[in-house]
Amino acid sequence: MAVLQYLINGLSIGSIYAIIALGYTMVYGIAKMLNFAHGDVIMVGAYISYCVMIYLKMPPVVAILAAIVVCTVLGVLIEALAYRPLRGTSSLAVLITAIGVSYFLQNAAQLIWGVAQKTYSSVVTMESVHLFDGKILITGEVIVTIITSAVVMVCLTLFTSKTRTGKAMRAVSEDRDAAQLMGINVNRTIAVTFAIGSALAAIAGVLLCSASPALKPTTGSMPGIRAFTAAVFGGIGSVPGAMLGGILLGVIEELCKGLISTQFSDAIVFGVLIIVLLVKPTGLLGKQIQEKV
Amino acid sequence: MKKLFAFVMAVMMVVGLFAGCGGDAGGNASDKGDAIRIGLSGPFTGDNAVYGNAVKWGMEVAVEEINAKGGVQIHFMSEDDVSDNEKAGTAYATLMDNNMQIFAGAVTTGPCLTLAPKTVTDNIFMMTPSGSNEDIPKAGDNVFQMCFTDPNQGAASAELINSQKMGTKIGVLYDSTTDYSNGIKKSFENAASELQMEIAAVTSFDANTTDYKTQLQQLQSAECDIVFMPIYAAQAVTVLTNANEMGYKPVFLGCDGMDGVLTQENFDTSLAEGLIMMTPYAADNDDPANVAFVEKYKEKSGGEAPNQFAADGYDVIYAIYEGCVAKGITGKTSNADTCAALKEYFATATFNGLTGTNMTWDETGMVSKVPTAVEVQNGTYVSK
Repeated sequence: MAVLQYLINGLSIGSIYAIIALGYTMVYGIAKMLNFAHGDVIMVGAYISYCVMIYLKMPPVVAILAAIVVCTVLGVLIEALAYRPLRGTSSLAVLITAIGVSYFLQNAAQLIWGVAQKTYSSVVTMESVHLFDGKILITGEVIVTIITSAVVMVCLTLFTSKTRTGKAMRAVSEDRDAAQLMGINVNRTIAVTFAIGSALAAIAGVLLCSASPALKPTTGSMPGIRAFTAAVFGGIGSVPGAMLGGILLGVIEELCKGLISTQFSDAIVFGVLIIVLLVKPTGLLGKQIQEKV
Repeated sequence: MKKLFAFVMAVMMVVGLFAGCGGDAGGNASDKGDAIRIGLSGPFTGDNAVYGNAVKWGMEVAVEEINAKGGVQIHFMSEDDVSDNEKAGTAYATLMDNNMQIFAGAVTTGPCLTLAPKTVTDNIFMMTPSGSNEDIPKAGDNVFQMCFTDPNQGAASAELINSQKMGTKIGVLYDSTTDYSNGIKKSFENAASELQMEIAAVTSFDANTTDYKTQLQQLQSAECDIVFMPIYAAQAVTVLTNANEMGYKPVFLGCDGMDGVLTQENFDTSLAEGLIMMTPYAADNDDPANVAFVEKYKEKSGGEAPNQFAADGYDVIYAIYEGCVAKGITGKTSNADTCAALKEYFATATFNGLTGTNMTWDETGMVSKVPTAVEVQNGTYVSK
C-alpha cells in the first residue's frame, strides 16, 4: 500500500515539474535559448499571489490573475531588456545572461520581500481524497495540479498547431531567417513566447507553493533546475515530452526515496536520465532534427 | 601590442602598491582610534540568510549599546559568506584586510569549520555565536563557542525521550546535506544506543527536497509515535504542513535550529502545537534586559522577534566586551596580544547573558550551556 502512496506523491511532485517544464520547453523550442531565469519568475509569481492574498486580503482568484499579469509583463521585459540585444550573438552569451537575470531576480526579491521565509496558504480549497480506509491520501493540490498541467498541455498544443501566432512560432522555431523573409515579425513572436512562458510560470508558482508552502527568494531555483532536467528527459522543445518527462522524473524520484534510499535517489534519477539520453539523445519524445549540410 | 600590455600591467601593479599602502594607513590604530575591531562572517543572503541576519542584528544592538555607554568602543564589520565554505574564505580575507582584531563568526557550521583553522594560523581570537558542531572549538585553543554543541543537543534529546517516556517507537528525520543535522543525528543515535532505546526508522532529505510526504510515509509505515528531527525551522514548516495533510500526528522533537518556527510569516502555528524543541532563549522572557533587547532588535529586523541566533550574537559581543574591559584590550593592542589575553580571560570567565546565566567555558572552548526543552502550547513556548 505504501508503494501506491509513493506513486501518488511522485505524481504530485511530477505534475509540478511538468508545468514548469512546459515553460522551459516552450521558450527553448521557439527562441532556442535556455531561460534559466524561468525558475525565478515562478518565485516572483508566488510572491505576488502571496502579497495579494495575505496583505491585500483578496480572494485567491484575484491573486492568481495578478500573478499572471505581473509575470507576463516581467517575462516580456526580461526578454526585451536582457535577451533581445543579444540576439545573433553566441548562445553562450545568452545563457550567461539568463543566469545573471536569475540572480538579479533572486536578489531583488530578497530586497523587496526580505530574507525570512514566508508560509504560503494553499489556493486550493478542494478536499483531500482518502482511499482504502484512509491509507492512501490524494490531496486537492495534487488533483488540481495534474488537471491544470494536462489542460495547459492541450491548450499549448492546440495553440501552436491551429492559431496564426502559433504557426508563426513554429516557423520561427524551424528557421528564424526564413521566417523573417516570409514576413513574420520574429521579435514580436519571441516576445509572445516569453509572455506565455511567464504566464505559465505564474501558475506554476502558485501551484508549487500551494503544495509545499515554503516561500523564499530561492524557492524557484531548485524546482526550476529539476523541471529543466525533466524537459531534457522528455525531449526539449516537445510539449507532450515536457509533461511526460516531468511526471516520470517525479515518480522515479519518489519511488527511489520510498523504496531504495532517500540519499541515493538523486543519483538514481540522474543515472536514469543519462541512460535515456545515451539511448535517445533527443529525449523520450524529442524529434530528430537533420542538420542541413 | 605587447608593449601596451606591459604598460597596462605596470600601471596596475603600481596602483596595487599604492592601494596596499592606503589599506595599511587606513588600518592604523590611530586612524580608527581606540575602537576594538570585531568582524563577523555570515549568510546575509541565500537560503540561510535568516540566521546570518539574526546574528548580525543582534550584534549590532549590542555594539550600539556599548558604544553609547562611552568607554571601550567597538568598530563592527560584517561580510556575507552565503553559508558557503569557499565564500567564507573570501569574507574572512576581506575582514583581515580591514584589520579585524577579533572574529565573532562564523554563523553556520560549514564556514565555522573552514575558518577556525585560519584563525589559528593568524592568531585571531574567535567566538562563534551559533556554529554548534563539536569539531569547531577543537580547531585550536583560540576558538570558542557561545551556543551549545551538537552532541549536547543530541544526547539531551535522547535522554528527554527516555526519561519522559515520550514514545515507544522512535523515528529520525534529518537533512543529509548539512553538518549541523548530521552531527546531531549521530550523537542522538549514540546516546540512544547507550540508553538502549530502539530507533525504528531513519530517513533523510536533502537541500533539493520540497515535499516530505514520502519520508513521513516511511515513518508512518514504521508506526513511529515520536519523530526526532534535528532540522532547521524553514524545512520544519513544510514537514509539519505535510504531516498535517497526511493526518500523521506523532510527537515531533527538534533542536535549536527549530527555533523561529513560530515566527515564520503566515505559518499556521496550530500545526506546531505539541512540538518540542531545545532552545536556550525565548523572546517572550519578561526580564528587563531581554525586553529592551527585543524592542531594539525589532527596529532592525522590521518587526520580527529575535530568535536564539540573535540572542547568541548579542551575547558574543557582550562576552568579548567584558573580556576586553577586564584585560584592558584596546584597538591599539596587537592581534596576538588580544588573542592571548582573551584566551586567558575565557578560561576562568563567568558570563551572564540573554541565553543563560553563569556560563563558563571548558578547555576546548565549549560553553557550559544546558539545553532546555520547551513545548509549543497555544502558540508560545512552555518549559518542558
